[in-house]
Amino acid sequence: MEQFVSVCGVAAPLMQINIDTDQIIPALYLGGTDAKGYGAHLFANWRFRGDGSPNPDFILNQEPYTQSAVLLADRNFGCGSSRERAPKALREFGIRAVIAPSFGGIFFNNCFRNGMVPVNLPIEQVREIVTLVESSHGLAQISVDLERKVVELPDGRQFAFDVPETLRQMLLLGVDEIDQTKSHQSTIDAYRELDRARRPWIYVDPAPMKPTIRSTSDE
Amino acid sequence: MSGSKARPLTFFDKVWEDHVVTMLGQDTALLQIDRLVLHELSGSQVVRALDEAHRTPDSRAQVFTVIEHLISTRPGRGPLDSVSVSGPAMIGGTRAASKKWGFHFIDYDDPRQGIAHVVALELGIALPGSTYVCCDSHTSTVGAIGAVAWGIGASEAEHCLATQTLAQAKPQTMRVNFEGELPLGVYAKDMILALIGKIGASGGIGYAAEYAGSTVRSLPMDGRATLCNMAIEFQAKYGFVVPDDITLEYLKGRDYAPRGAQWDQAAAYWLSMRSDEGASFDKEVHIDCSQLKPQVTWGTSPEQVMQIDALVPDPSLQPDPQSRLEAQRALDYMHLKPGMPLLGLPIDVAYIGSCTNARLSDLRAAAEILKGRKISPNVQAICVPGSTPVKRAAEAEGLDRIFKDAGFEWHESACGNCGHIGDDRFANLRTISTTNRNFKGRQGPNTRTHLASPVTVAASALAGSITYAVKV
Repeated sequence: MEQFVSVCGVAAPLMQINIDTDQIIPALYLGGTDAKGYGAHLFANWRFRGDGSPNPDFILNQEPYTQSAVLLADRNFGCGSSRERAPKALREFGIRAVIAPSFGGIFFNNCFRNGMVPVNLPIEQVREIVTLVESSHGLAQISVDLERKVVELPDGRQFAFDVPETLRQMLLLGVDEIDQTKSHQSTIDAYRELDRARRPWIYVDPAPMKPTIRSTSDE
Repeated sequence: MSGSKARPLTFFDKVWEDHVVTMLGQDTALLQIDRLVLHELSGSQVVRALDEAHRTPDSRAQVFTVIEHLISTRPGRGPLDSVSVSGPAMIGGTRAASKKWGFHFIDYDDPRQGIAHVVALELGIALPGSTYVCCDSHTSTVGAIGAVAWGIGASEAEHCLATQTLAQAKPQTMRVNFEGELPLGVYAKDMILALIGKIGASGGIGYAAEYAGSTVRSLPMDGRATLCNMAIEFQAKYGFVVPDDITLEYLKGRDYAPRGAQWDQAAAYWLSMRSDEGASFDKEVHIDCSQLKPQVTWGTSPEQVMQIDALVPDPSLQPDPQSRLEAQRALDYMHLKPGMPLLGLPIDVAYIGSCTNARLSDLRAAAEILKGRKISPNVQAICVPGSTPVKRAAEAEGLDRIFKDAGFEWHESACGNCGHIGDDRFANLRTISTTNRNFKGRQGPNTRTHLASPVTVAASALAGSITYAVKV
């Protein structure tokens, strides 16, 4: 899993409420089973015009925001569909942190598995950052430090934030979450032994195994 | 459990605690996951990632796969038919992995097939007091049976497939109390839209939502599923109804439900999970259902909703500048003006389908409106039953004839046109839809979606414009 400790870079204000994951990456571009290849479709309906050319009015098509490492948004960013291609598309574009007053819960969890940190700050503080960014024509370098749990502006202003500690550690160390869980296997086994006696109906019989067939997707 | 001063617990607290394998630090629990459900849109990605990491499923007996997201709804569809260009590969990949690993697999032509959240209730895959996850934000639908169910991303699903556990921070609890008798022509969809209108699309962030109150207690399973389905539309990842007699009556005898002595043991356990006397919630919301009218959305978020006979709200009345801007953007997208009525607004498409509102009772209610009538010649009307069993049951009752005679298309079951995966037939059109999302572009390029109940959609199909049943 990709590590994240801190980032310092261009921050793009996208100050809308309820930016849903259908906007971040429309369902049309969710095809395929690849782990990558979604950045090209980030905000597809906003970044591109009907003929496929870049929309010059959209902030991520404007300098210096084409280099954004941070995104600034209003509340409920990433609401809607659970599609993990949303944080994947943001990450591939270069975004490492999204700062907003609140996030869709599934999107929030997905960020940590994609080398990105969702930062909750009160709207007044998000607006302070936006004001500074806009007055610098986007050149202000905004720092997000997960180690110290602080957002820092070039003029020295600091805003503390909080994230669930377990997810923070996972991201700071870039640990493989599955390996980490497997290290608790004996505890899991002990839990299940008790649970099987308490709730036997949960442990249904497996489906009968069928011979493996070649699918058309294997070609 | 025997401590005399133990804090009274809610149903949610009890289910959560019974699934904690171990704590991972102070704020996060490693939870046992009783059911993992995968579909071909995300599931295909999950099984490939697992393969590439050279890992194997931990508990295949607790994994279910369903073909439903990308498969075509066209009558006579084949095994790889899809309007999505990637559909065949993703369907094929999910099918191959399901057979390779021996998951419980429900293929496109299985008589039990349908939208995963609909099927999971019909088959008893979702059980009261169980933890249940799926790569889909509407997974909480199965909270109707009293499961603690939530949507996850593909990485979390891969983790669950490899370990049958998930690391989760415990949410706060919210109780939504729906009280009073529903007026004629008002349904569960109107209840949930009214709730979202009241608390907003972010009103549930960080909460698990329990639906309670006299209205919920008397709602059958289908209506409860509609309520639970849209929990994520106010950003509660979890929405559920505490198991009661209606739950047990619904569940008994279903394919994956316990039987015999195990049923008795399970039923006793489920009823023991009810909230303790004096258990409190972090947030309480009250909705008086006796005063509700049919609801319809006017904007591009489910929170932008109004009573159907009201006037489109004026953005300048929104509480803050950002909300004013947002409301204006929504009106521009929807081609609406403040102060205009939605009643009488011409529509191009009437869509009945999705995990929200395409169960048998939804189809029956719509058919009652359509019986012996014809839809407006200006409207394309489509019905996509929520599952193949729903479709078969509807056909056995002759509902398909009513739909078809009225001018509706009658499709095979799948997720269909709830989301835009490649079918442009709704491009630039105005739809009234029983689905759950009116986001920009959700149903197609520049498609303008109004969310409503099946009865409102059926009535509007007849009129050719937005209307509600008692007005037809």
